[in-house]
Amino acid sequence: MTDTQRGSPTARAPRTELPLGRATREAYGDALLELGKANKDIVAIDADLAKSTFSWTFGKQFPERFFNIGIQEANMVGMATGLASSGKIPFISSFASFVLGKGFDQLRMGAAYPHLGIKVIGSHGGISLGEDGVSQQSVEDVALACALPGFIVCIPADEHAMKKAVHAAAAHRGPVYLRLGRPKAHVLYKPDVEFEFGRAIQLRDGKDVTIVANGLLVAQAVMAADVLADKGIEARVLDMHTVKPIDRDALEEASQITGAFVVAEEHLHYGGLGSAVALALAEGTPAPIEFVDLGDRYAESGKPEALMLKYAMTADAIVSAAERVVDRK
Amino acid sequence: MTAAVAITPSVESLQNTARTLRRHALRMIAEAKSGHPGGSLSSAEIVTALYFGGILRHDPANPEDPDRDRFILSKGHGVPILYAALAESGYFPVEELMTLRQVDSRLQGHPVLGTVPGIEASTGSLGQGLSIGIGHAVAGRLDGKQFHTFVVLGDGECQEGQVWEAAMAAPNFELDTLTAIVDSNRYQLDGAVEDIMSLAPIVDKFAAFGWNVLEIDGHDMGAVVAALSQARAHRGQPTCIIAHTVKGKGVTFMENDNEFHGKAPNKDQLEVALSQLAPVT
Repeated sequence: MTDTQRGSPTARAPRTELPLGRATREAYGDALLELGKANKDIVAIDADLAKSTFSWTFGKQFPERFFNIGIQEANMVGMATGLASSGKIPFISSFASFVLGKGFDQLRMGAAYPHLGIKVIGSHGGISLGEDGVSQQSVEDVALACALPGFIVCIPADEHAMKKAVHAAAAHRGPVYLRLGRPKAHVLYKPDVEFEFGRAIQLRDGKDVTIVANGLLVAQAVMAADVLADKGIEARVLDMHTVKPIDRDALEEASQITGAFVVAEEHLHYGGLGSAVALALAEGTPAPIEFVDLGDRYAESGKPEALMLKYAMTADAIVSAAERVVDRK
Repeated sequence: MTAAVAITPSVESLQNTARTLRRHALRMIAEAKSGHPGGSLSSAEIVTALYFGGILRHDPANPEDPDRDRFILSKGHGVPILYAALAESGYFPVEELMTLRQVDSRLQGHPVLGTVPGIEASTGSLGQGLSIGIGHAVAGRLDGKQFHTFVVLGDGECQEGQVWEAAMAAPNFELDTLTAIVDSNRYQLDGAVEDIMSLAPIVDKFAAFGWNVLEIDGHDMGAVVAALSQARAHRGQPTCIIAHTVKGKGVTFMENDNEFHGKAPNKDQLEVALSQLAPVT
């Protein structure tokens, strides 16, 4: 199947509106500030994008524990290795494409291999970064982070899940990768949402198909489920915020009950959530899967909504994929 | 607080310790039939001065002491000389040295954090140790601790861009609890540093980045101890010691023969080498 065939946004059905909230990157800054007030061992480093990643929310409050390392991603990761080795909990942030891309060997040697508690924050994930174009659009970060042994890899869907994820990252002893998004995110949860790494959140129940999504695509999945309901297809929706370790129990149960899957993510086709779900299902209870993702290509500059539409990562694309996969059952 | 070494041994005694470490390193590499003799031997005086010359404040019985000085071997391929120093210091049994590079051994081919006590960082992918040292030094400052962090780099390693990111950052952070030592043995795997990608003038480069730079003969034990003491005492900026060394130092047929960058001596070569490194009384 070619990329142009996959998920063409032809299903013109009415959308369910979810309220737009804050960007997950803003929630990151708020949560880091909360952490900093509670724990003096929390330190933050940014590589000259502190006002974009919102690490500056922490930095302006705790200047002695905040380091703008300049445009030095490799040095930032190495410094975090030393800080973590000497008992600190470093949160290091940049654009996802830079911290994973330019810091990969340092993360391999200094975070994954020694299993140190470095919290890697990749902001502006996916193509919804928009106008800046491909150089800044991170579409490989999940694959890179998942490749690192022992890393938790998590893409929260809204501001409330993000705040919970940041606190969970600080409490976790090992390395964590969190992807933040640039645009405002639809609000899916209440502030007291129960959040645990590796445990999917079920947003809709259904027996015909399961939509597994993370990040901004979770809201699209919920909208798609409502459209599918009108068409007589009952879709279960799982917010699979944690790609690694994946929630095998939730997938197993969903496979037994629905027997078909759509995986939706803002990432390349290879090495992201789709790969993780396929792997888990293949090892457990296999079922047909359709994938809504960027494919094996890069995007371009443009407004976030226009890009998501052109590259078919929308509720409509999920609806089409669900209809296809139900036919394959 | 970690007990400081009270009595600094004589230069002659330290020179004999350096010979002992060199013998260990070569035996280990010969037994493993793999490893890096040249860069291990060039670092012998630096490592000896740190561990046995009263420089490093450490306690092998308490390797996790938060107040300990940190030592990071950024040129991780030289780890046999470090393993030898750690074993002779009492971090683990000397007999274990001969397990280097074997399956199930704690002595990995390059240093790995969490294997044997005393190893402070996983290195071997060149260019990363100075950044890690910055992290330790910053953590110490945040906690109001007095410990010092020493990082040994290779000169070839200084071709890595990350070294210069760290070189830029440490003076900006005014990290006077950080000392870099460049084991400048003038060779890298493919040949002479000067021919492949010259670092000259390396003293000027570090000075221009804001470091207090000292230049010494890295095999003059008295000079090495003195420079490390001076570095520790220097305030307001980090110190970089450019230690001019000889690759393969101490074994005539290895000195400046880059064949022994990453090749183990055979049995006969080991015998000759060990005889040249016998203790001097």
